[in-house]
Amino acid sequence: MKVTIDNITLEVEQGTTIMQAARQIGPEIAPPAMCYYEPLKASGGKCRGCLVKVTAGSEKDPRPMPKLVPACLTQVQDGMIVENTINEEVLETRRGIVEFLLLNHPLDCPVCDQAGECHLQDFSFEHGVSNTRTAEERNTFEPTDLGPNIQLHMNRCILCYRCVYTADQITDGRVHGVMNRGDHAEISTYIDKAIDNDFSGNMIDVCPVGALTDKTYRFKSRVWFSKPVEAHCSCEKCSGQVTLWYKGDEVIRVTGRKNEWGEVKEFICNTCRFDRKKTAEWTIEGPTQISRHSVISANKYGANLIQPAFPISQAARDYKLINDDRDRSFLKDQIKLEAKK
Amino acid sequence: METKNTIVFPAETLDLVQKIMKRYPEGKHKSAILPILHLAQAEWKWCSPEVMDYVASLLSIAPVEVYEVASFYTMFHLEPVGEHVIEYCRTGPCCLMGGVEVYDHLKKRLGIQTGETTSDGKFTIKEVECLAACGWGPVFQIREKFYMQLTAEKVDQIIDELSK
Amino acid sequence: MKILTEQIDVPGIETIDVFCKHGGYQAVEKAIKKMTPDEVTEEVKKSGLRGRGGAGFPVGMKWSFLAKPEGIPRYLVCNADESEPGTFKDHYLMWKSPHTLIEGMIVSSFALGANTSYIYVRGELMYVIHILEKAIQEAYDKGYLGKNILGSGYDLDLYVQPGGGAYICGEETALLESLEGKRGNPRIKPPFPAVKGVWQCPTVVNNVESIAATSWIINHGGDAYAAIGVGRSTGTKLISASGHIRKPGVYEIPLGITVEDFIYSDEWCGGIREGHKLKAVVAGGSSVPILSAEMILNTVDGEKRLMTYESLSDGGFATGTMLGSGGFIVMDETTCIVHNTLTFARFYHHESCGQCSPCREGTGWMDKVIYRIEHGKGRKEDIDLLVDVAKKIEGNTICPLGDAAAWPVAAAIRHFRDEFEWHIEHPELAIQPGAVYMRPGASWAQ
Ligand SMILES: Cc1cc2nc3c(=O)[nH]c(=O)nc-3n(C[C@H](O)[C@H](O)[C@H](O)COP(=O)(O)O)c2cc1C
Ligand code: SF4
Ligand code: SF4
Ligand code: FES
Ligand code: FES
Repeated sequence: MKVTIDNITLEVEQGTTIMQAARQIGPEIAPPAMCYYEPLKASGGKCRGCLVKVTAGSEKDPRPMPKLVPACLTQVQDGMIVENTINEEVLETRRGIVEFLLLNHPLDCPVCDQAGECHLQDFSFEHGVSNTRTAEERNTFEPTDLGPNIQLHMNRCILCYRCVYTADQITDGRVHGVMNRGDHAEISTYIDKAIDNDFSGNMIDVCPVGALTDKTYRFKSRVWFSKPVEAHCSCEKCSGQVTLWYKGDEVIRVTGRKNEWGEVKEFICNTCRFDRKKTAEWTIEGPTQISRHSVISANKYGANLIQPAFPISQAARDYKLINDDRDRSFLKDQIKLEAKK
Repeated sequence: METKNTIVFPAETLDLVQKIMKRYPEGKHKSAILPILHLAQAEWKWCSPEVMDYVASLLSIAPVEVYEVASFYTMFHLEPVGEHVIEYCRTGPCCLMGGVEVYDHLKKRLGIQTGETTSDGKFTIKEVECLAACGWGPVFQIREKFYMQLTAEKVDQIIDELSK
Repeated sequence: MKILTEQIDVPGIETIDVFCKHGGYQAVEKAIKKMTPDEVTEEVKKSGLRGRGGAGFPVGMKWSFLAKPEGIPRYLVCNADESEPGTFKDHYLMWKSPHTLIEGMIVSSFALGANTSYIYVRGELMYVIHILEKAIQEAYDKGYLGKNILGSGYDLDLYVQPGGGAYICGEETALLESLEGKRGNPRIKPPFPAVKGVWQCPTVVNNVESIAATSWIINHGGDAYAAIGVGRSTGTKLISASGHIRKPGVYEIPLGITVEDFIYSDEWCGGIREGHKLKAVVAGGSSVPILSAEMILNTVDGEKRLMTYESLSDGGFATGTMLGSGGFIVMDETTCIVHNTLTFARFYHHESCGQCSPCREGTGWMDKVIYRIEHGKGRKEDIDLLVDVAKKIEGNTICPLGDAAAWPVAAAIRHFRDEFEWHIEHPELAIQPGAVYMRPGASWAQ
């Protein structure tokens, strides 16, 4: 069937969602997805970042849809016309969503392990406005450990539910979940229980922000200092297809391989992720192709083309006015630097 | 503090639990979680992790599923509470009927704030939203009983009665 | 004209014997013995009965959408989660006359071909649950429930399910999730409950009052029901009246009386309490827009506003409101609109399930901003900020709770902006206990 997105028409199969169709066109047209994650069943619909305008429902019924619809869940109808990046209402709403997601999100990008590969950073960079209007205090939580290998910074969580679906669908027993409700909802095991499961580490890969991080990697490096390499091993638990992250000759982190939408292609086991950190344990395939506009790709093969200051200054530019009373002095130099350019 | 093995429903409650689980189609007995949590709270006053683990075992589900549910719904006390939990309605219509003053009186009378328990462990005050009794406000609820059209004097009477 | 509450004050009406003596369970006899399920549905369609839970969707039409695949059970679930501030009619009906609902449940389940039905009652009303359970047992004993009802071959089991304290479980898909024993997170639609409801089976969810009305419709015919009321607002409606009136309580009105009558007549609210004047009304539960005295009594065209779906929404949100669930909250001149709006904003903040970001974050934000304004810490830009946040929530969420949270804030500012401004400009006055801004020249100002 035919669908037109931002004036580009293409043929898709029945059952395709607007998101999938837009991704076929390319990253410029694809709506941002903060919660939808193709490999996970039932994901999507929650962040509302992907809302788009349907100006014609289908060939048969060309009426526009009254409300914006989530691209990640709405199936294409034959003759549907969708507006994403060319619709002001969509963009305005998206600015609102960024604002909502940052409302209780801390400004700790400079110390966050995810900085540089954070989808919220990308999302706010592309769709946010630089000033904020909130004067309210943020909800805060203490960081906690979910077992020996995973740390949870609930402050940063955007409640996309991806890690919950991962635990449900990939591991053989979920011990964490969403507690409480509303803006007090939190990811937790409720009582301190370790998440101890062969595939639990995948929760780190699916988390769009720095809420779930790899404790064996923490503070070893900023992501833009490290170099990703595709490698495999023969693993009895998983496919063994991974990305190794090198700093110098040292493997500082192992993750699943991700496609251009940041979705892991194959989930890997905890042994590969946390315990196999010697080059000798792997067969190296070659450097990772990175097609996202992330800081990693900008940096990668030209050896530090990009200054590590970039994400920090990005944080400074985008977030500077959000904070009301917190100490922001560490950002000052960056702001000046930015102004000079 | 109860230890794990003392947390078992009395036989007649266990019968009731079995009956409740049969209200739902084959294999869908997870639906019994709310009714059973109510029974558990009636039995042990609050839903401690041990109580919730017990509920999970009755339903053969993962404990986290019970934690998630119990923490979603406001009626379940996840912290220890006093003998009588006074849950007063703070929503608009009750405020119109002078709720704020009456509840202030209640707090003064018991010498505690919302969310606290008196030192003798008799009373806990909690704030809740509309109890579907707005026309008969101000309202509070103690366990299953509704106390309506409250005034400062009525509050005193109720507290006197329950303090005996 | 009373349909649901005619006999509500008869002593012993909560027992099946007294209830039957006053004509109870005749609709069950008639429907099951003399009619087919389709004929029952047809009568309900003819009656024009609209959903009494808030949205006002025609009941008969909803029933006819129910998917009926072979070999898959269908369910009727009664929505007795009643938690919308200002609404207490279902509580009243079930407490006083449980058999009225049970009779309706049997008739409706028969029409839908459901063999198991549930009444989902908010957990706070545990004493009402006991009343219902006792009444259901009586109905089983009399053979109105159970196997082979009245020798017809039709089986029905009816259970009461308690909630656990969550307004959002009134939203029908959240209610179904809750009935499945999960967190009350509303589902993403489609699929709709009529196709995939509880346990993925076709399900109809109706409000207590909607279901209770079906017995009268079967007894007297859809046409008789449609003859009551005005236009597409047929029949009677239970109105929960609260606030500054002489006689708060639940009233059954024929749709179509004037708002003025409802407030001032001795038959209903009996007027504003002694020595005070009407300032504002929230006509359909906390979610619907608040209107000032002038606007609620008359439409912009100067016509008297009627208690109907259409007349109350006349003028759209610019000057109108909604009948909603019939939670009629009356405020006199002593009411601070900012404070009242704060309690509503706090309510939605407290009750958001937290699934989707606009509602989870937006409700908290509005609550915090209004809290500041109410407590003398408002900023000039806060009012426009609130309007904008409300706008960004509305229509962009998974379920209508987002809209329900946005509307009361937006409407309070739309019609009482001067009170918000006064709070911001005169914080020292606004924080005085009982301080209320008087709009110069307003009908409620002295
Ligand atoms: C947030 C929210 C809360 C609701 N609460 C209730 C409620 O307490 N009782 C009710 O009958 N309907 C409630 N509804 C409406 C239901 O979703 C549904 O429309 C209704 O139960 C359908 O029954 P009806 O057609 O008979 O009105 C609520 C809707 C929303 C969005
Ligand atoms: S911890 Fe990460 S993956 Fe889990 S819900 Fe929060 S943001 Fe999503
Ligand atoms: S609108 Fe609010 S209540 Fe409804 S699904 Fe979203 S967060 Fe939950
Ligand atoms: S990606 Fe579609 S709502 Fe989150
Ligand atoms: S507002 Fe208090 S019971 Fe409804």
